[in-house]
Amino acid sequence: MAGGKLTKKRKNALRLAVFAAGAAFLAIGLWRGEFADVLQKAVRICLECIGIG
Amino acid sequence: MPGMHRDRVGRFGPRDPKKSGRVRLALQAGFAALLNGYAAGFAKGRIFTGASKGVCVPVLNCYSCPGALGACPIGSLQAVAGGRSKSVSFYVLGFLMLFGLVFGRLLCGFVCPFGFVQDLLAKIPVKRRKVPEKIDRPARFIKYAMLAGVLVLPALVSAAGGAASPYFCKFFCPAGTLEGGLPLLLADGRLRSLAGALLGWKAFVLLAVVLGSVFIPRFFCRYFCPLGAFYSLFSRFSLYQLKLNESACIGCGRCEAVCPMAVRVTAGKDDGECIRCGKCRDACPAGAICLGFERESGDVSADSGAGT
Repeated sequence: MAGGKLTKKRKNALRLAVFAAGAAFLAIGLWRGEFADVLQKAVRICLECIGIG
Repeated sequence: MPGMHRDRVGRFGPRDPKKSGRVRLALQAGFAALLNGYAAGFAKGRIFTGASKGVCVPVLNCYSCPGALGACPIGSLQAVAGGRSKSVSFYVLGFLMLFGLVFGRLLCGFVCPFGFVQDLLAKIPVKRRKVPEKIDRPARFIKYAMLAGVLVLPALVSAAGGAASPYFCKFFCPAGTLEGGLPLLLADGRLRSLAGALLGWKAFVLLAVVLGSVFIPRFFCRYFCPLGAFYSLFSRFSLYQLKLNESACIGCGRCEAVCPMAVRVTAGKDDGECIRCGKCRDACPAGAICLGFERESGDVSADSGAGT
């Protein structure tokens, strides 16, 4: 099941690309101050989420 | 151990389904408790406000749940997109990509609290419905539309100058209603006095998902979860894999009969729906299925079927 039509080489290349992109995105996001954005939203009751609006 | 051999993914061979099922449920309960470990919040009707709330959890877990110690990635994606940056959150996307790369949808099968709730609902003894394929397969694309909405809609509305709500959370997310809404409304009379038509709608959605999950296992995961849709993109190359030893498979179809996601296990193609719960492995009388982290060395040889 796992593997499908992906060759081992292509699979490893994809993994490397996704790892690099993921790590870069994470670093860019932290540099842009998104941690603070998330924290600010998460420490307040989200009225929309709980159905108050 | 007799009857077993190792592959570069994991161990082939027969398993004890009851024991595996108990272990999995215990792990799911443990992760749900861990992610929602601020017990005092439930009693006080307040949410946790520590710094860990800035860190996303890798599963759907409402940050307005009184016990939640981390942030919901779907809510966070919308909050950042609808906020001052007006763009997709690189922080959350990068975080999810790294988790998706390592675990794929294993997180849905073992860690997600709302997945755990659905698994408990599926234990209610009723006659399960098999969704006709002509409805089932197209309906699975709804979750990708949900994901697109989560990623794009708040940023578009915000960029156009409007106030961008977390639309998925506001109008759809049943996890938010169950984990956040119900405990907070029960504990806080002021919040109850604010409740209106939106709460009625969200309660209806929750009820529909609960009923759906009783009759169709993992109803929400199959058709609606945007996070499941995101992780499914990584299924074919995530480090944690499910592997079928085709030479050992006897084609009995038991794996597909027990699969909560109705995955065509014996088709030999990962369509991104498998949540790596391991039920197929436990049901396989030939021990032809294994799960685990892929290793570099060794492979399944054509004549090394399980049980040999």
